[in-house]
Amino acid sequence: MRATTRVYWRLLVAGFRRQSRYRLAALGGLVANSTFGLLKVVILFATVRAGGGAVEGYDVGLMSAYVWISQGLLGSVNLSGRSEMAERVKSGDVAVDFLRPVDVQGAAIATEVGRSLFNLLPRGLPAVLIGALVVGMAMPTHPAPYLLGAVSLLLGIVVAGATVYLIAALGFWLVDTRGLQIFYLAVSGFLAGLFVPIPLFPAWLEALAHATPFPAMLQYPVDVITARVDLAASLGLVGAQLAWLLVIGGLGQLLTRAGRRHLEVQGG
Amino acid sequence: MVEVLDLRTRLRPYRAVLASRVRSQRSYRAGFALDLLSSLLIGLIELAEIWVLFHSVVEIGGLHFTQMLLVFGLAELCYSLADLSVGHCDTLPSYVRAGTLDVFYLRPQPLLLQLITSDISLRRLARVAVGLAALVTGLVLNDIAWNVSAVVLLALAVLSGYAMFAAMFVGAAGMQFFLLDGAEATNAFVYGGRYAATQPASVWGRPIVVVFGFFFPMAFTAFLPAMALLDLPGAEWMPSWLGWCAPLAAVWAWIVALLTWRWGVRHYQGGGG
Repeated sequence: MRATTRVYWRLLVAGFRRQSRYRLAALGGLVANSTFGLLKVVILFATVRAGGGAVEGYDVGLMSAYVWISQGLLGSVNLSGRSEMAERVKSGDVAVDFLRPVDVQGAAIATEVGRSLFNLLPRGLPAVLIGALVVGMAMPTHPAPYLLGAVSLLLGIVVAGATVYLIAALGFWLVDTRGLQIFYLAVSGFLAGLFVPIPLFPAWLEALAHATPFPAMLQYPVDVITARVDLAASLGLVGAQLAWLLVIGGLGQLLTRAGRRHLEVQGG
Repeated sequence: MVEVLDLRTRLRPYRAVLASRVRSQRSYRAGFALDLLSSLLIGLIELAEIWVLFHSVVEIGGLHFTQMLLVFGLAELCYSLADLSVGHCDTLPSYVRAGTLDVFYLRPQPLLLQLITSDISLRRLARVAVGLAALVTGLVLNDIAWNVSAVVLLALAVLSGYAMFAAMFVGAAGMQFFLLDGAEATNAFVYGGRYAATQPASVWGRPIVVVFGFFFPMAFTAFLPAMALLDLPGAEWMPSWLGWCAPLAAVWAWIVALLTWRWGVRHYQGGGG
């Protein structure tokens, strides 16, 4: 058991270190995310003011915290649907992965999570810092939301990684998953609460969003860190994230096993 | 007459390349249908992002949802037309890595013209349709005094808006000769610019007015022409008569874009192929 854990830990660290080589890419991402953050601030602040100082519990301080934390998470939470695994399934390289004495799904997600965690340093923290200095934001003053928030944030990253893996695993049957990936790209940001916080949605659309795993990737971690909901509700959100992870992870495991039997690699 | 014939001969290679791209995209029907559908979904979701805000409040920056439809429709139509025809310039680093750009250098045709005509993304037609539908709905629902000058204003706005977004893509391509791995930085003014163009500029603070109002003239693509069309006062530093100056803003955008492109090309020393 300890040996297995160490393998995944090593893969995670490898992903982290690999991502650390792309410094210019991280800087480019930060510039884009911060510009979008400033534009989101003006339109959402105007909405809050038009609502008489608060809409659905969001005042300007909380709205600012929402904007900058969600922009900071953009480099880490995979909302693009693209993954290395999808490329490996398409090219047939995944056949080599199946020969290794580690679980293919576990290894793919561990590497992806490692890369995501690195991105928190050059893209996540600076975005939040820029927001705090340039715009200002309301953040909780006691430690509980931050501790639980760190767990929720990690779960959000893993849920996104596991969902993107699911798309890649469907490639065992579809071969080219680009169509699915673009579909994921189109709906994920909106339903995760990237552009407008989900509580601002009309009731039916809000219910629809909660029925998908997307809020568990972004809206829930942001809600927990900013303490928009109380501690009991925060624990509930983390529980929901765990449930999504179990369902999506289990489904990924089933698809991987079935896909392994179905896999046909052309050429030799 | 001779000149016209000459021009047609000179444009023939570009037409041939574009026609082959169109044929290749239409030959995989199922894939193309899925691409169109995804593109439609992206356009609709972008509209939904604005509509959702108006679920909580009646007006933002002094504009009602129907007035915002006009701003969104203009911006989305112009942006998606530009994306359809020159959007691929934004992926210059992949052309550099694949060595395609070095091939362009071997041909006796202008580099930028070859890059622009090297591809066309027909799937974006679905987003053009979303933009057009929003624009027409906005034109019908709002109280617009229709006369010759309103029609001229609208036509000027669409043409200049298209030119401005196209200039953003070309400028981004020019910068990417330097950025390569950091190409995402240009998303700040290409996609950020599109986002800014769909906003009511009346909510902007002074720094954003300078950046997206004038330097990257995004307010001129949709907000200002829409305000002039609706006969509304506009915003601080941006009176609505500036809507008539959209062609000037387009000229400015192209001057900046072409200078950036030239600067990038001079810097480029080959892909090492």
